[in-house]
Amino acid sequence: MARRIIAAPSVEGPLLVVDDFRTHFRTDGGTVRAVDGVSLTLERGRTLGIVGESGSGKTVLSRSIMGLLTARNVVRTGSVKLNGQELVGASNAEMRALWGTEMAMVFQDPMTSLNPVMKIGRQITEGLRFHLKVPKDEARAQALSLLESVGIPDPKRRLDQYPHELSGGMRQRVTIAIALACGPHLLFADEPTTALDVTVQAQILNLLQEQQRERYMAMVLVTHDLGVVAGRTDEIAVMYAGQIVEKAPTSTLFANVRMPYTEALLKSIPKLEQPSHTRLQIIGGRPPDLVNPPHGCRFAPRCPYAQPKCHAEMPPLVEAEPPGHEYRCWFPVGTEAGREALERNLAEHVPAAEAAVTGDSHAAGLVDTAGLVDTADHGGEA
Amino acid sequence: MAGTGTAHLRSGEDVVLRVEDLTVEFHTAAGTVHAVSGISLDVRAGETLGLVGESGCGKSTTGRAIMQLPPPTSGQVLFEGKDLASLSGQQLREVRTRLQFIFQDPISSLNPRRKVKDIVAEPLRIWKRGTDAERRARVAEVLDAVGLDPTVAADKRPHQFSGGQCQRISIARSLVLEPTLVICDEPVSALDVSVQAQILNLLEDMKERYGLTLIFIAHDLAVVKNISDRVAVMYLGKICEVGSPDDLYATPAHPYTAALLRSIPVPDPTVPPAQTGLLTGDLPSPLDPPSGCRFRTRCPNAQERCAYEEPQVRPIGDEHYVACHFPVHGADAPAGEVPVGVTGSTA
Repeated sequence: MARRIIAAPSVEGPLLVVDDFRTHFRTDGGTVRAVDGVSLTLERGRTLGIVGESGSGKTVLSRSIMGLLTARNVVRTGSVKLNGQELVGASNAEMRALWGTEMAMVFQDPMTSLNPVMKIGRQITEGLRFHLKVPKDEARAQALSLLESVGIPDPKRRLDQYPHELSGGMRQRVTIAIALACGPHLLFADEPTTALDVTVQAQILNLLQEQQRERYMAMVLVTHDLGVVAGRTDEIAVMYAGQIVEKAPTSTLFANVRMPYTEALLKSIPKLEQPSHTRLQIIGGRPPDLVNPPHGCRFAPRCPYAQPKCHAEMPPLVEAEPPGHEYRCWFPVGTEAGREALERNLAEHVPAAEAAVTGDSHAAGLVDTAGLVDTADHGGEA
Repeated sequence: MAGTGTAHLRSGEDVVLRVEDLTVEFHTAAGTVHAVSGISLDVRAGETLGLVGESGCGKSTTGRAIMQLPPPTSGQVLFEGKDLASLSGQQLREVRTRLQFIFQDPISSLNPRRKVKDIVAEPLRIWKRGTDAERRARVAEVLDAVGLDPTVAADKRPHQFSGGQCQRISIARSLVLEPTLVICDEPVSALDVSVQAQILNLLEDMKERYGLTLIFIAHDLAVVKNISDRVAVMYLGKICEVGSPDDLYATPAHPYTAALLRSIPVPDPTVPPAQTGLLTGDLPSPLDPPSGCRFRTRCPNAQERCAYEEPQVRPIGDEHYVACHFPVHGADAPAGEVPVGVTGSTA
């Protein structure tokens, strides 16, 4: 086995602490509050899943923590501490010292995240040579062992190939090798398998998990697919309209959903164990405009449980039993208050509640063409 | 598998579409791409046929070849009893009024410069159906049916709608001529899960309201199961397995179907992700597909026989067909040839 750089726990305390972190984009149409007050903590060696639909801010959050949003219209406030070091306001030079060696990222699309005119070997050794000043021959030997460890057959030949000579799954293995090269303590995987076929997805997710355990590395797995995070994370944060709306240890979240949005998301996924032609529950309407988000709960306009209070007052992220389970809701699922709220809405034929029960957005009048915005929020992960 | 044969085809008058031995090849500088190689399918009136497989399996090419976009290299496409390949351009255009297509990307499949009412009315205009007033009424009716308020939506352009709403417009356009058969090519894969559920429910409603027959092409097995009455699994241009969704998903007979089902991440933390029985390696090149069974290079059950003899589609249960010499369920492979671990691999 060739030499490998293993991350060792050095400093006490959590690896990553994000506190009331905001990332806003100033645009001609107003300030887009893409990430709006996110707080989270990640311990060494643990995996956090960030789940949300397109436009929820999950990708902006991870890129903004990494310091990859450097355009002049980006406003970052709040605090992000990695190993105690403040990253908000850090200069590019300071960030460069952290990229690769402290934190790294695997992007969604392996076709575009690799340089098409640079050989695979050089793309892997680039970080080693730049950050760790590894001599050329040694860097190449390390690249070879990295390719081996990410499961690329015939790694020696691959070193001298270009990305287009590899399949999508193989390219994603290469981007993982690049991200792991300098032994980061924190790995962001932003939709690492969305562009891949399901059989390849399973291979890549297993690889990430195996590498993470072996290196005692913390991982943030960003995805829209609750299936992807269910079996592979310690904790999950569900994002909606720039905020975390529910956060809990993975098993607690699935067993004990409190936030109506999480419940709706889970119920709208077709499941293999359901018989065919099972009517799916839907979430009517569409996510709010992040320039002028609703005053109250941001999910209230689409929520089957919503009451007048929800439209008026934003619920805080509160901690529930068991400890570690936080949610943002006045009338949580599975509580007396939530049950009563839903019953009241059904009795009063509130569209969102009826849509959730019948799966019919049309009859419920929820397809609101009146509130059309001018930006097409193309679904999926662009 | 990955075999040929027609054992799974049904007879009877209610078969709307019958595809026999369909082959599509593309000639490129690098050689001949064997995109679809001798597949046979049929769809009964009012049925939804799900066509599922990973990228490169030929599912979209099959859908397009049925539409004659472009015409297949060989094979028959019988729609309403007529072979589409034998029709003239004019006759084919006429047939396509009853044979519609919904594309994957709802935004790029709508002309950004045109208003929704013109996009939806275009098929009516081309075929000179009705008066202007009748057309307007028809457009309003289908827009309303797909859940868009015609008074608001008609004068807007596609960029003013979300992805899910654009897909509703596409559906409205495909329904305006009252087609018999609609081929949906990955209609929900560009959409978020909550929107995906809306569109799947809408397709079920439209099917009932307009008496449609659907071919639903997708890579997501759970989505296909939800909407289909019959599912055909494809791999590298061949059919692996055909069956009713409940049956096929509960007892997959083809090793590829079984591996595919095992790979799907389950939204339940008590189900640990499969670490074994997953496929390894990549899809072989369709420029030079493997001999015999095309799946043999990645198949856990592959034997010598698979390399020289292509499996034919054969019945393995009630309305359940498989193209495999060594299926994982209800195996009736010749004695002595059953590889060790066949049953174990289904666990």
